[in-house]
Amino acid sequence: MTTVHEPPAAHVDNDQHPVGYGRMLRKEDPRFVRGRGRYTDDVQLPGMLHLAILRSPMAHARIVSIDTSAAEAHPGVKAVITGEALAAQGLAWMPTLSNDVQAVLATDKVRFQGQEVACVVAQDRYAARDALELIDVEYEMLPPVIDARHALDPDAPVIRDDLEGKTDNHCFDWETGDAAATEAVFASADVVVSEDVVYPRVHPAPMETCGCVADYDSVEGRLTLWSTTQAPHAHRTLYAIVAGLPEHKIRVISPDIGGGFGNKVPIYPGYVCAIVGSLLTGKPVKWMEDRSENLTSTGFARDYIMRGEIAATRDGKILAIRTNVLADHGAFNGTAAPVKFPAGFFGVFTGSYDLQAAYCKMTAVYTNKAPGGVAYACSFRITEAVYLVERLASRLADELQQDPATLRLDNFVRPDQFPYATPTGWVYDSGDYAATLREAMRIAGYDELRTEQAQRREHGELMGIGVSTFTEAVGAGPRKHMDILGLGMADGCDLRVHPTGKAVVRLSVQSQGQGHETTFAQIVGEELGISPDDIDVVHGDTDNTPFGLGTYGSRSTPVSGAAAALVARKVRDKARIIASAMLEVAPDDLEWVKGSFQVAGDPGKAVTIQQIAMRAHGAGDLPEGIEGSLDAQITYNPPNLTYPNGAYICVVDVDPGTAQVKVRRFVAVDDCGTRINPMIIEGQVHGGLTDGLGMALMEIIAFDPDGNCLGGSLMDYLIPTALETPDWETGFTVTPSPHHPIGAKGVGESATVGSPPAIVNAVIDALKPLGVTALDMPLTPSRVWEAMQGHATPPI
Amino acid sequence: MQVPGPFEYDRATSVEQAIGLLERRGETARLIAGGHSLLPMMKLRLADVEYLIDINDLHDELGYVLVEPDLVRLGALTRHRELLESDELAAVLPIFRDAERVIADPVVRNRGTIGGSLCQADPSEDLSAVCSCLDAECVIRNGSGQRVVPMAKFHRGPYETAVGDGEMLVEVRIPLHPDSSSAFEKVERRAGDWAVVSAAAAVTLAGGLIADARVGFAAVGPHTVVLPAVSELLRDEPPGEQLYERAGALAAGHCEPSTDMRGTADYKRHLVQELTRRTLRRAVQRIVDGRS
Repeated sequence: MTTVHEPPAAHVDNDQHPVGYGRMLRKEDPRFVRGRGRYTDDVQLPGMLHLAILRSPMAHARIVSIDTSAAEAHPGVKAVITGEALAAQGLAWMPTLSNDVQAVLATDKVRFQGQEVACVVAQDRYAARDALELIDVEYEMLPPVIDARHALDPDAPVIRDDLEGKTDNHCFDWETGDAAATEAVFASADVVVSEDVVYPRVHPAPMETCGCVADYDSVEGRLTLWSTTQAPHAHRTLYAIVAGLPEHKIRVISPDIGGGFGNKVPIYPGYVCAIVGSLLTGKPVKWMEDRSENLTSTGFARDYIMRGEIAATRDGKILAIRTNVLADHGAFNGTAAPVKFPAGFFGVFTGSYDLQAAYCKMTAVYTNKAPGGVAYACSFRITEAVYLVERLASRLADELQQDPATLRLDNFVRPDQFPYATPTGWVYDSGDYAATLREAMRIAGYDELRTEQAQRREHGELMGIGVSTFTEAVGAGPRKHMDILGLGMADGCDLRVHPTGKAVVRLSVQSQGQGHETTFAQIVGEELGISPDDIDVVHGDTDNTPFGLGTYGSRSTPVSGAAAALVARKVRDKARIIASAMLEVAPDDLEWVKGSFQVAGDPGKAVTIQQIAMRAHGAGDLPEGIEGSLDAQITYNPPNLTYPNGAYICVVDVDPGTAQVKVRRFVAVDDCGTRINPMIIEGQVHGGLTDGLGMALMEIIAFDPDGNCLGGSLMDYLIPTALETPDWETGFTVTPSPHHPIGAKGVGESATVGSPPAIVNAVIDALKPLGVTALDMPLTPSRVWEAMQGHATPPI
Repeated sequence: MQVPGPFEYDRATSVEQAIGLLERRGETARLIAGGHSLLPMMKLRLADVEYLIDINDLHDELGYVLVEPDLVRLGALTRHRELLESDELAAVLPIFRDAERVIADPVVRNRGTIGGSLCQADPSEDLSAVCSCLDAECVIRNGSGQRVVPMAKFHRGPYETAVGDGEMLVEVRIPLHPDSSSAFEKVERRAGDWAVVSAAAAVTLAGGLIADARVGFAAVGPHTVVLPAVSELLRDEPPGEQLYERAGALAAGHCEPSTDMRGTADYKRHLVQELTRRTLRRAVQRIVDGRS
């Protein structure tokens, strides 16, 4: 492992035009900064109609009747669709990504506020919306189940009576680790600390809401769908299954996407409604959610109520961790997770620590709330896992009167232990956790901060220092273990080098702002010695890209990044044979010097990749067995996940009078293995940290006892602004992944995963003189003040 | 994208014409200035407006800050940004700059107006607390002339004002007193959010004692309030921390906040106390600093 120091970003030329890895401006940005991005809502087709959805005002109610006659009479309306009409075509229900079913349009009951009840297709957006108010739905109110803690009460109303034989609100049980071994360790441990930790429901809230344009050509029998999807290929397969359309007649185009964060992984009823609308009217139909619809009905994140326990020796050796989780999945289990992982990758709750044993028992329940998605830099539930273990680690340090950084340094998995098998069955690939944390402490000036804190405390000032260290598990995943609805999580990649040596690489993953058009050009550029400026990246169109499962869970670089490197190497292998013919030497006598093959020992005799490309397409014979062209195709099945890690230190000041939290400093040191474009990584980290800050301080999708969503607009669901955001101080260490072709690990979600516990631990640390040991997010001034008075109410 | 229901739209060319249009269309008509409250309500279909009269072209007539020897006149169409940037206003009523710094964001402040803020009558609106504590008067014009309503009678409840059908708020008048100053404090969950609680204080000193003081609050009840009991407690007392403490405690006992997503009632009461202290302290300090 090497620790690489770089000068501060401000002094670095961000446009170095590297041939391969290095800082370069994003190739996609000129069109975004000039307003030339092309988003789904920019798609305008001749004769296009607009769809609007009528949603349930109630959390739980039986539908007595729906009268659509007045809406149908509206002059702008072309069609009004109800669940009953869909049921006639077998489309009223659709599978979720977790093998549950979800109503496209409600037929029997509504099960959450905001659920889709009917839709209108009209000549414009205004007419469609106006006509919704003319639909008369009679509901019979039912008592809702809002508090997950009471979902399994014997007298709780049954939400999912659509499922045959269902008599309660139980969704699933899941466990991992060894209960008996963990109990044995706990029974003999010197110290056991336990903590109730709530991770409230939050929302991805991407800047662009969800939507699509469905265009069904009844002559060709062909459906083209422009859609805000993070996974165009998986969606196409699902539409084939749901709508019964042949898969080769479906084209899903995912144009520019204004942020996803997991929100655009699931298939939403609106997409299906638009497809049905186009089938019915024979016209293209556009559906774009409004902001409230996005916040109240689409995939949320979190909603875990956790009880964590940590066992240790008196001198601070962590022995075991145990947790019991109550998971609120809303009205339908819409979580996107591999089938064998109903709780996602929550199993990594053992964190970065070398433990003897660990055990988790989880109960998931249905409630009358919007159904879940993979949602929000979630890394398949690692956000919750890391939050739990990092709260526990700091709590243990307090209990033992140890420094929280020291406690972590003493308990990390050591570099010589990799590959490290955790007690819950994960095999961490590489890392030097202590080096990463020490780098964060160096940047922060940790010891000086502790000295300053002691001085400020003497004056009654509330300064806190929070530490969080994490191990992520990203890059799902090995197809032996991981799938989405039976589709293996391998990624294809095609590469074509044109005669003049320019190239086009086609990906199965889909950017929502991650910078794929730059990063993947750099990966191929590094392997072939072609400038990234000369490599086009094509993605987001099922007709023009190979099959793969899409971008979420920080999987693009770990999976498709590997595919891009390997497909380039395949091209390079072919180029070597052609070069050997051109130079009239044996292939083994050639050396690859980035961008050209040269004869070993005779650098003067060389051919460039551009010359080879021309030869591959040109007149004249090619070596035996070599077909023309310089193309290759590959499907990459990752042997393991990649395990990036990080160490974050947060400094806060709490106003003793108003209890307002100010994040003064935030140091984030990330190790994502090989760094392809450091500028893009820093951008990802900045974004993730801001996400995490939002969750820690202000974001929550709350409900009143009747199930009314209290976060239905951006006036109610707060997202941080530049004024709350500190000057992020980032650093890095580099521990390449041993099994990844270029040693890279995912990084997109690391900062979101790692930052909330650092901030919460910092605030708890600030309030330590007042006897505060626990506090739940969001850390609104009111909740912090309550904690200062000794009685903070939990957020849910 | 959220879209409003159908409505008619006109741009007014003069105050008289706008009032004429209002008279003709009665309660179905609404004036629109900045639109940052009304438009979201229309898009969310919480407000059903049939006829919208855009008065933005009247800015020449109604957008002004006039500082006279004993009176400040603010045109109803004066933008937040103009209030924020006016040095003349900040010199006599620094409370406006205090408040405008934390009202919404630059985009809203560029368009939003003082008249719109007061007429929206949101119980959490900051300028209402400012104008209440300054004992402002609202000049309301109608077809037959104009009338002047004190702030204490301007707000009649949440989203309800003294402005009737066919009427329009045209000016806000604020009396100036010698040896006086003012201050504003707000606690919000995030920059640009509505207040959890905001407090406004105006103080006049005479002979080392508080001759007059008024403290107003937003977000602690059905509308912004000024507490006469606090004024009474402060009157003729020497300013100081103990007095502010007592004033804060009294204020906390006299308001009726409710628990919501912005905070619990107990916390808001605590803030009333804390912010009363802070605003009184700062207003008094400003008078003292102004003399030296």
